[in-house]
Order: sequence, then structure tokens, then C-alpha cells
Amino acid sequence: MGSLLRLSGEGEGFVPPSSNDFELPPVFGDNAFTTKPIFLVFLSVIVISVFFLLASRKAAVVPSKLQFAGESIYSFVRNDLGRDIIGHEFMRFVPYLFTLFTFVLTNNIFGIVPLLQFPAMSRVSFPYVLAIFTFVIFHYVGIRKQGLGKYLKDIMFMPGVPKPVYVLLTPIELATFFLVRPLTLSLRLFANMFAGHLLLLVFILGGDHLFKGVLGLKLISPFAFAFGIGLTFFEFMVQCLQAYIFTLLTALYIAGALADEH
Amino acid sequence: MEGTLNLVGYGLSAIGPAIATGMIFAAYISGVARQPEARSVLQPIAFLGFALAEALALFGLVLAFVL
Repeated sequence: MGSLLRLSGEGEGFVPPSSNDFELPPVFGDNAFTTKPIFLVFLSVIVISVFFLLASRKAAVVPSKLQFAGESIYSFVRNDLGRDIIGHEFMRFVPYLFTLFTFVLTNNIFGIVPLLQFPAMSRVSFPYVLAIFTFVIFHYVGIRKQGLGKYLKDIMFMPGVPKPVYVLLTPIELATFFLVRPLTLSLRLFANMFAGHLLLLVFILGGDHLFKGVLGLKLISPFAFAFGIGLTFFEFMVQCLQAYIFTLLTALYIAGALADEH
Repeated sequence: MEGTLNLVGYGLSAIGPAIATGMIFAAYISGVARQPEARSVLQPIAFLGFALAEALALFGLVLAFVL
């Protein structure tokens, strides 16, 4: 039984993947700005630009397959995320929502594209930047629409509440709008990509390690690889869902700032 | 055995959001089953609730690694 439990024939233990696996070394020399996630972000910008330029170049009434694909994504963001949630002023925000959705989606999907296989959003600074954009935009929109005083008053003193409750409610509402919203928005995306990538690492590296073990373990390792492949498809679903949720929440926050009362 | 107890704690803390997520989608499914045309109204609400419940689980995950 002891020899079965020992994972490796050579006696070295299995090193489970950890958060250290996300700290990639710089590609060129010591320059910390040349790590893989940075190149992936630039690559995603190129991929998105080329795809939508090609898709919209020869626009016709009867669309080509490429044009149809591009228009489907656009109309999904415009109708389901923009129009249905923000309301009649939605066209102003569609460019931002669309950029956000395609950018997050492409960077997430890089997590399962062979050879690239690293979701840039699993480095927490990228979601932070996106959340700061959203944070600034929805507060700016709210202040422009209602004026600074009324906007803050609506946040702090929700109408229709008995006066003593404000002691509890005002700090909660302030924390929600200025702290919890941007933090959850960025951490949700980050943690999903982080956990998903870690999960894939566990199964693929584990399968690899099992394969190096004794015969009994060699026979088990295909199951680990099969699970890894299955989870890759699961990851694909999660990646699309997270891009959707990030954009959905941005739209909801903007809609909340535009509404007359919260 | 090596490892950190953080992850056991994380496993325990994930029970709450797991139940919450199940309840949210159960309500969403039964809502759509009763009134299929309400789907487009219910969908963003369901995903919003799901995202909020899931955020708690993910905070636990982040803290399990950070602490």
C-alpha cells in the first residue's frame, strides 16, 4: 500500500500548484514590464481590433459569416446589456460596455487557448484598472446627471426610511458605493480566473506527475487528463460568464447612477 | 500530511455561497418554468444575485491564499 501511495517512482513529492505559478519571469532581461500577461493584453487588443475591422469592413445587407459573428456580439452587448438595463440613454455607454466585454472575454479565453494558456485577468492589477474605470464612470455619470449634492444625498439618505435607521444605513450605503462595489467587481473577475487556472494546473500537472509514477498510477493518469480536458470546457463557460457579469454589473451601476432615486 | 488549514476553512466557508447559488437558480428556474416570457426580466436579476453570492466564496478563496 505504501508504494501505491507514493506518487513518484523516484521518491520526489508532488509540488501542488500555488499562487507562485502566477508570477511569471520577465521575458526580456530584468524589465518587470515585459512579462507574459502584458504581452497577452497587447495581443488581445490586436486580436479584437483585427477581428472587428475584418467583420465590419465589407458590411452588406446579407451578412457574411464573419460579419454575422461580429454583429451578434455587438447586438448582444447593445440590446441585452445596454438597452434592457440602462434604458433610453444607453447609446452613450455602448462603446464602453462593448470594449469592456470584448476585452475581458478575449483575455479570459486566452486562459484556454493552446500555447498562450494564461488568463491575464488572473493578475489582480488588470481587473483593478478595469474596475477603476467603471468606478469613475458611474460616479461621474451620476454626478453629472443629478449634481454632486443630490447624488451624495441619494446615496447616503435613501428616501422612505425611518430616521433612526440612517445610523446603520448611511455607513453601509457609503461603503457599498465607494468600497465594496469596485472591490467586488475586480476581485470577482480576478478570483474566478485565478481559481480556474489553478484548477486546470492541478489536473494537468497532477496527471503528468501520476504518469511518472509506478504502473498503477500510470493507469490512473488518463483520468486526470480527461478531467483536465472536461474542466477546460467548464472554464470556457466560466470565462464567458465572467465577462458577461463584469459588463452586466457595470451596466447596472451606470443605470443606478442615472436613475432618479436609488 | 502538509498544507495549510486555511484551505479547510475555505472549504467550510464555501458551503454558504454554494447553498445560496443553488437557491438563486432554483428560484430562477421555477420562475421561468411558470412564466417563460419573464425570462429576459429574470435573467439579469438571477445572474446579479449569483454574482453577489459567488463574490463571498471568492473572497474566501483570496483570503485563504493571502492569510
